[in-house]
Amino acid sequence: MTASRFRAGDPVRVRRAFPPGHIRTPIYIRGASGVIERDCGDCINAEERAFGRPGLPGLPLYRVRFRQHEIWPDYAGPAGDSIEIELYANWLEPA
Amino acid sequence: MTQSHPHDHDHDHHDGEGGAPHRHPTQSDDPPPTGYYQVMAVALRELLVEKGVLGADEIRAQIERMDMRGPHLGARVVAKAWTDPAYKARLLADGPKACAELGIELDGMRLTVVEDKPTLHNVIVCTLCSCYPRALLGLPPAWYKNADYRKRAVREPRAVLKEFGTELPASMEVRVHDSTAELRYIVLPLRPAGTEGWSEETLTGLVTRDAMIGVTLPKTV
Repeated sequence: MTASRFRAGDPVRVRRAFPPGHIRTPIYIRGASGVIERDCGDCINAEERAFGRPGLPGLPLYRVRFRQHEIWPDYAGPAGDSIEIELYANWLEPA
Repeated sequence: MTQSHPHDHDHDHHDGEGGAPHRHPTQSDDPPPTGYYQVMAVALRELLVEKGVLGADEIRAQIERMDMRGPHLGARVVAKAWTDPAYKARLLADGPKACAELGIELDGMRLTVVEDKPTLHNVIVCTLCSCYPRALLGLPPAWYKNADYRKRAVREPRAVLKEFGTELPASMEVRVHDSTAELRYIVLPLRPAGTEGWSEETLTGLVTRDAMIGVTLPKTV
């Protein structure tokens, strides 16, 4: 368990980083701000496992909710539309 | 697309049934050459059989087991949730456990069920590859793996839904779920009006694969 574990409702920002390799954080969501929807528990780190490493200890995985207008400035739908995405703790920082 | 992840890359781009999004690339009449990883997979399988680790019958049995999986399983889960509020609560709290109650074993897949509300419509996509709840719905439709669906579902979900014949009012929130890591999703759609008193079995017939992905609504009565 990491000290800065997030809880549902916490505002977070996705790191705006572009490391090489097998990354489970799509480019479109990097740099965006959202709110923790739920803590999915600790999961094997898929980004490590992709390199043949065990991916342990597991990393906290969160589902984070974003407003579509936050991600796409030209989003055509209503303000309430949202997107939820699973993100590993190493990609999130408090907002 | 990144390499070396465990998902399949067989992007067969033919227009499937069910009103696929348009703008698909056309598919050549000649099948593409066998890829590197396909050759590796065949070689590995042959080695495992040759060394006696697995029998050809075991491999065939596992393939047949996978082929038995299909949207009919998910439809049973949805119909049960429509008719039994206590079951619905258990399904939303713990998808795999609730499926096991109906004898559907998900083999370790972490299923998350997202519930439609009168003011909320859910849609599933995996933008990074094509993560899909295969243990519950079987093989994904070709359009689900198509890069076009994956890109557009997050960016213009309402336009994509419209192409599937699903036009939603602005008063209804559209929520896209991008399945990028450990969880697999299905949508629990709203029970169609006018089905009061229907048996679970009859309701099952209204639940389609596309409705559980969230691109369409259940069949109406």
